[in-house]
Amino acid sequence: MTTLAWSPPVVDYHGLAPEIVVAVGLCVVLLVDLFVAERGKWVLSILTSTTLLAALLPVLTLALSDDAVREMFDGRYVVDRFSLVTKGLFLVAAYVVVLLSSAHVEEGDYWRGEWWFLLLSSVLGMLMMTSSRDLVSVFVALEFLSIPAYMLAAWRKRDPRSNEAGVKYFLLGVFASAVLLYGMSLVYGVTGSTLLADIGARVRAEGDLAAVEVLAITFVVVGFAFKVSAVPFHTWAPDTYEGAPTPITAFLSVASKAAGFVALLTLLLVAFPGAPAAWEPFVWVLSALTMTVGNVLALRQRNVVRLIAYSSVSQGGFVLMPLAVAGSQGDAALRAVVTYLLAYAATNLGVFAIVLAVSRRTGSGDVGSFAGLFSWAPALGVLMTIFLASLAGIPPLGGWIGKFAAFQALLGAGTPWAYALAVVGAVNTAVAFGYYGSLMREIWMRPAPAEGVPAAPTPPSLSLALGLTAVATLVFGVLPGTVLRLADLATFAGALGS
Amino acid sequence: MTIRDANWVLSAGTFLPIAGVVALLAVPRANERAVKLVALATAVATAALAVLALAWFDHGAAGTMQFVAQVDWIPVIKSTYFIGVDGISLPLYVLCAIVTLLVVVYSLDHVPSPGNPKAFFALLLVLQTGMAGTFIAQDLILFFVFFEVVLLPMYFLIGVWGGEQRQYASLKFFLFTMFGSALMLVGFLSLFFKTGAESFAIPYLVAEGAGIARTAQLWIFAGMFVGFAVKVPMFPFHTWLPDAHTQAPTQGSVILAAILLKLGTYGFVRIAIPVLPDAARAWAPWIGGLAVVGIIYGALGCLAQTDMKRLIAFSSVAHMGFVMLGISTLTSFGLNAAVFGMVAHGLITGMLFFLAGSVKERYHTLEISRLGGMLTQVPRLGWILGFCAMASLGLPGLAGFWGEFPAILSTYRPLEGLDTGLYRAYMVIAALGTVFAAAYLLWLYQRTAFGTPRDGGGAAAVGHDAHGHAGTALADVNRYEWIAWTPLLVAILAFGVAPNLLFRLVDPAVTAVLGAFGG
Repeated sequence: MTTLAWSPPVVDYHGLAPEIVVAVGLCVVLLVDLFVAERGKWVLSILTSTTLLAALLPVLTLALSDDAVREMFDGRYVVDRFSLVTKGLFLVAAYVVVLLSSAHVEEGDYWRGEWWFLLLSSVLGMLMMTSSRDLVSVFVALEFLSIPAYMLAAWRKRDPRSNEAGVKYFLLGVFASAVLLYGMSLVYGVTGSTLLADIGARVRAEGDLAAVEVLAITFVVVGFAFKVSAVPFHTWAPDTYEGAPTPITAFLSVASKAAGFVALLTLLLVAFPGAPAAWEPFVWVLSALTMTVGNVLALRQRNVVRLIAYSSVSQGGFVLMPLAVAGSQGDAALRAVVTYLLAYAATNLGVFAIVLAVSRRTGSGDVGSFAGLFSWAPALGVLMTIFLASLAGIPPLGGWIGKFAAFQALLGAGTPWAYALAVVGAVNTAVAFGYYGSLMREIWMRPAPAEGVPAAPTPPSLSLALGLTAVATLVFGVLPGTVLRLADLATFAGALGS
Repeated sequence: MTIRDANWVLSAGTFLPIAGVVALLAVPRANERAVKLVALATAVATAALAVLALAWFDHGAAGTMQFVAQVDWIPVIKSTYFIGVDGISLPLYVLCAIVTLLVVVYSLDHVPSPGNPKAFFALLLVLQTGMAGTFIAQDLILFFVFFEVVLLPMYFLIGVWGGEQRQYASLKFFLFTMFGSALMLVGFLSLFFKTGAESFAIPYLVAEGAGIARTAQLWIFAGMFVGFAVKVPMFPFHTWLPDAHTQAPTQGSVILAAILLKLGTYGFVRIAIPVLPDAARAWAPWIGGLAVVGIIYGALGCLAQTDMKRLIAFSSVAHMGFVMLGISTLTSFGLNAAVFGMVAHGLITGMLFFLAGSVKERYHTLEISRLGGMLTQVPRLGWILGFCAMASLGLPGLAGFWGEFPAILSTYRPLEGLDTGLYRAYMVIAALGTVFAAAYLLWLYQRTAFGTPRDGGGAAAVGHDAHGHAGTALADVNRYEWIAWTPLLVAILAFGVAPNLLFRLVDPAVTAVLGAFGG
């Protein structure tokens, strides 16, 4: 065995700056937590949000810099337009989650310092995920973002539901990781490389696919299907969403889910673009099942958070829709997924902001607690209507441009299967209004409770979160060019052999 | 800038109501007077802009798009803010501004329970923007957006201010329309890709659409058909309509009947037929068939109703059947009749729903069996009802006639290539439909207006006239009602006596639309 000369890897500090800022920030949060008194812990939320906003700065400077692509570690870690757009998404979404949490954490019986620390850790995992172009780093990033989330889901320690949420999420998540890891090991066994670009070249070059390759790809897709709660791998989602603290539910249903899609996109478009026959039909079935089953189950829910949980399962089906044709429509599918995720993130975070604001006053999570919302809190009522209509895909609100982009990418393929899926999607769009409409009905058409609703001012952080999400939802919808342009930037370096 | 380049007039007329809504938001909810004032001012200004567009429109060139504006909107998906009106859309555009104004005037005195005029007027104004935008959009995505904007306000108008079954009715309305429009969007997108993924502009698609393979055309047309047919509504997609109409507040019913239903028929005339001529030809006999089924079914439905409002709703199904029958001939004669029918139905049925609202307010019921003797109790209201019933059944000299009769006549000679025998059969059936129409309307009139007032209806209502004043007699038509109704009544008569006012405008545009069929 010859000894190879070791050469230090080239580290592009500018390219890594967002990750570094978050990493430093989370250490600072952890340290400061040790030294401030209990009543001074509010400073931690300020530190967390400052960290997130500070990390956004290098994302912006990178986006404005001339180098479109920065590769590190032999192309295993890549900062390209796609990763920058999604990094921006994760940082802003996490910032809104911080806004949602601060009052919640102050008032609840929580361990505050660790909350912020774990949240930042998970965000760091997400940032890493957007740049990972290697099976190992994808897996490390996935665990990095998941493990803190397992703990956060179980954060209401004395509530058995929260414990259930954490344990379910953990067990199924770990199981999914195992399946994923098994799939990855097969991929490595077949191709002899963990670098996604190499895998892409080899899976493409070999012509007919061996059964083991199909198996490997299927396992990888299944692993992420858990993460994005695609049916039939969604069973953890409703229980976890319901039991977890509501800001964490918002985080899971938006950021964590988006991270799953980012990973799925990376693998399908960089590692397996040469073998669409192995995954397109599978994704087709996942997509159709996810939107349909998610919708049908959502129709029956009486708890708001569970309803939103199933709604987000169903929304995941729409995000998968363009991926079912991503073999031939890679660019369009990529754009559609990013567009959808941006619009969905704005809207769904807004929904959770309203849920938090309403439950502060009613102390209930029942659909019935929204009765007469328009009469006792008109602003919250109107905003919730806007968010729900956006989720339902009604123009001119953000959600519709996501749905539109998804349908557009799908129909661009022009195959009978694509049309069939589009029809399934169209029917589901109508069905979904069944439950979004039922919430609107509570808000507008049911009388407010006779005994009145206790007054509780909406904390400023929550109002700010509401303002941000509402403005984003409206702007994305009325001027879709904004969100589409962001998505248009999201081109993969090295995807599809380009 | 010459006056003909004044294309701002359309955009201003379409988005002014949104500015009105923003202004309304600033007015405190308790200050009802200010709320009404802002709403009325907005509606008046909007209607004035529509009339201005009508005045500036070059009536000699009604076949070409005018006031055209095209601005970048979503370049990434090649959709533009592209607007304009021709002789088909202008009458509908003006109609919707006027009807909204009249509805607002009517509502000054009649905000339905549970009140909250601020939200009520805001929704009416948003609705106006959606409707007007649909008629001026020359880009499919823009069209789709406006088409959908209409849904939510109407959902809330029915669901919040409606009758007993309002929640069921509003959800049904929404689900049907949403289902249709989702499939329509799939159709639009396929059309976009099949024409080379270049543009969503309707003129471009008209030029390129005929080149699409026949099978693809048939499928795309099917998608659009569902979207538009639900809105019209055509049999068998009509079941949402009686519920929605019956449960909606008067204002909602009026707008639904006068404008919203036209969005569907307009979609056929503006988009489906000119863009996909081969498919239109193939589908036309089926559309015609469904149209005559709708005519007969609607008429039979009317005969079976015991509720005045529900009866008018079913008559809408029948009348829209005539419109669709005219469209299905694919001839300029038929399309002229159809567009006239749209306007006439908008005026007449809108008016009938106003009347139903006022009857309900006075008698506290719309059960036909409990009404009666309107001519002795409230003679003016009774006479107006008679006038509108006559107009609705197609009496020559009133507007309804010019929508119905030419539509029937046009089926005598449909577009070359369509089965003449089949269409003549449709003609006979449709003619029977007019007999039914006469039957149900005259019967309705007889039972409500003639005879002596019944105990259950009139007597119970004594003491509650339109203003809630104590009194022994029912109040006849009041000031607000006169202001809201007179323009409609005058228009029904004017278009009946001088149909050319409208045909002159519509005909060149229809000829242009049918260009793809070789004249």
